[in-house]
Amino acid sequence: MRFERSHARRAVALAVTSGLVLLASACGGDDGDSGGGGGAAGGALEGRGPITFATGKDTSGNLTNQVNAWNSQHPDEKVTVSELPESADQQRAQMIQNAQNQSDSFSVLNLDVVWTAEFAANRWVTELPEDQFPDLGKLLPSTVDTGKYRDKLYAVPVTSDGGLLYYRKDLLDKAGVKPPTTWAEMKDACAKVKALPEAKNINCYAGQFEKYEGLTVNFSEAINGAGGVVVGEDGKPNVDTPEALEGLNFLVDGFKSGMIPKAAITYQEEPGRRAFQEGNLLFHRNWPYVYALANKTDGSSKIAGKFAVAPLPGLKGAGVSTLGGHNYAISEFAKNKATAADFIKFMSSEERQKANVEKTSQAPTWASLYDDPALNKQFPYLAPLKASIESAKSRPKVVKYGDVTTAIQEAAYGALTGTTPPKDALAGLQTKLSTLITQ
Amino acid sequence: MSASNAVAQRPPAQTGKVRKTTFNEGTGRLAALLLSPTLIVLVLVVVYPILSALRESLYTSGQRIDESGFVIKGSEFVGLDNYAAIFSGETGERFWNAFYNTTFFTVTCVVLETVLGVAMALVMHKAFKGRSIVRASILVPWAIPTVVSALLWKWIFQADGAANALLGTQILWSTEGWQSVLSVIVADTWKTAPFIGLLVLAGLQTIPDEVYEAAKVDGASPFQTFLKITLPLVKPALLVAVLFRILDTLRIFDLPFVLVGPNKQSVETLSILAYLEANQTRYGPAAAYATLLFLYVAVVAFVFVKLLGADVLGDAVQKKKSKKGKDRDSAPPGVAMGSAAGMSGVGSGV
Repeated sequence: MRFERSHARRAVALAVTSGLVLLASACGGDDGDSGGGGGAAGGALEGRGPITFATGKDTSGNLTNQVNAWNSQHPDEKVTVSELPESADQQRAQMIQNAQNQSDSFSVLNLDVVWTAEFAANRWVTELPEDQFPDLGKLLPSTVDTGKYRDKLYAVPVTSDGGLLYYRKDLLDKAGVKPPTTWAEMKDACAKVKALPEAKNINCYAGQFEKYEGLTVNFSEAINGAGGVVVGEDGKPNVDTPEALEGLNFLVDGFKSGMIPKAAITYQEEPGRRAFQEGNLLFHRNWPYVYALANKTDGSSKIAGKFAVAPLPGLKGAGVSTLGGHNYAISEFAKNKATAADFIKFMSSEERQKANVEKTSQAPTWASLYDDPALNKQFPYLAPLKASIESAKSRPKVVKYGDVTTAIQEAAYGALTGTTPPKDALAGLQTKLSTLITQ
Repeated sequence: MSASNAVAQRPPAQTGKVRKTTFNEGTGRLAALLLSPTLIVLVLVVVYPILSALRESLYTSGQRIDESGFVIKGSEFVGLDNYAAIFSGETGERFWNAFYNTTFFTVTCVVLETVLGVAMALVMHKAFKGRSIVRASILVPWAIPTVVSALLWKWIFQADGAANALLGTQILWSTEGWQSVLSVIVADTWKTAPFIGLLVLAGLQTIPDEVYEAAKVDGASPFQTFLKITLPLVKPALLVAVLFRILDTLRIFDLPFVLVGPNKQSVETLSILAYLEANQTRYGPAAAYATLLFLYVAVVAFVFVKLLGADVLGDAVQKKKSKKGKDRDSAPPGVAMGSAAGMSGVGSGV
């Protein structure tokens, strides 16, 4: 008797829930169809209403302000922020999982620049009609290029990033040397500064050489800075060249000669920044975020006010940075794509980007902001950063980017740690990339 | 235990056999009914994922691109190709390297942890002032999530970290080579020796004082007492603890991944390979790696239980044994009691 009753109760509960689920899925299905159909028909972004913005953990603290600015103007099309983990790998994993379930729970995706190809090729993000984004021309062209896959636009750049050469202005001034524009000049500057009694033990240069994405960035910069390429304009790998070898040798010889300290093989951004802030490095390649932290006068930095930034040096002239940054894209399975497109336009607008730079010092993509006198006063690195980003090169735009970057790291790490001769490392990388990219 | 033994050893009664069977059938049906929710949950969370992973490992999807640059959708049945790929060429070398690393970590870490864990348990078992503080502090590492402890150790092992400062060395711990292996072993041992200590302590607490008194009267040295009394009586609990640690360490992932980093040959384990494949959205090969790891773990667990007779299944094994060797009769009462006590100790300890 008791059994039966509980069974009956359970059955009712089950029926109700499944009914609700059916209803919900029916609704979802309808909306999804209309939205998806619109997307497939050639970029008609239809539907208005509330949307979700999926982004990595906001370490800047300013995202809420930005989204609130939108929400107060668009009460019927509210944006909810769905905060993903801080680790880029986990953000990507969650976005992919969401896409594979064809879920509409993420509308706008905040993509790392290197993910564009993968998300576009899998049709996880909607192609964006360029005529609906008239401001694209006012963004730095190199950043817009990161949102494209096979010449079609899939994402709009909102923040950018470029490498900068941080240097100890106090020591360079004392030794009477100008900030270097080439690697040779940098070595000379080191020798001269080390001749000073107070800088006897300072290390010359470090970037990020631990085996992770940062190594791909630094390796590419060395190769591009010597006039070589990892993957050419035609999308084919071409890394087994004399130019690339010269670039890689700058790093390999740097480690051998002690110009780069041995510990740098374990440096990600943060350990490198700490070494620079402790006053152990004369030159340091890092991103713009270091500027504010190294200038803190609360005692965390020993070099506040004693450093400056310059564009990266190269073999024969100015170096080439690797392009970082984040682009906003619309999930293929999202509802309310018209709202999503408007939100992207809003977030990439001059006004919003300016507000964001003022608060977070994240590099904007809006070109004219770099020439704003007030901003330049607040952030003296904007001029070198603009130069860095304008001439910056994207990392390979390939669907299997994860495999490509792993192969690059493998080759670079082998060469830097001395287990593979540089020439062999590049030849091996060329073979590996050829099989990976033609697939 | 004694109750189940009694049931097993009860001579089959000739009279009233029919009645008894119906009684058994009735209770059997009720038992099945009562157990079914548990079984359904187990099927859903254990059997289904395993079968689903097995199926997944026979397919591949999204690996080819059409002319306009889009990934071709849909999955394709490839039979055992994913497995064959694991063992061939460069991937094969990588697999065997990871297999070796996994095994090496398991053997080294578990041996160290067992020695340290037993020592910890003996210390924790002694009655002295401030015992509770010692117990609590020994257990702290076990209470910290692995990833957090990996980050802590990463901080200790960085180039300008505490390890180098204390040792007065300039070792780059996260680079390829023995140093990264050592850092993982140290961190793992630090974290999980308390687990063995905890389970062994539970076993120790069930050993009656009379046994030790008898040993004292017989004039046994402390070392003899430990070897002849403590160790055999705590063995069931210890074996279960060691088995858990072996199974755990065979799928070690977070420590090498966070502490040293991905794609480092010296510390790459089978779990890391599976993760890296899944991260590249190659779910078929990832499932194949996971399946191989699953089989490896299963074989090791089986061999361990068979060889050392770890009493994981409790009285089920006991029952079989007593049924098999009835003429030899049951094991000495001390051991049986020890194992029962060990199991209950494990239960309360966990």
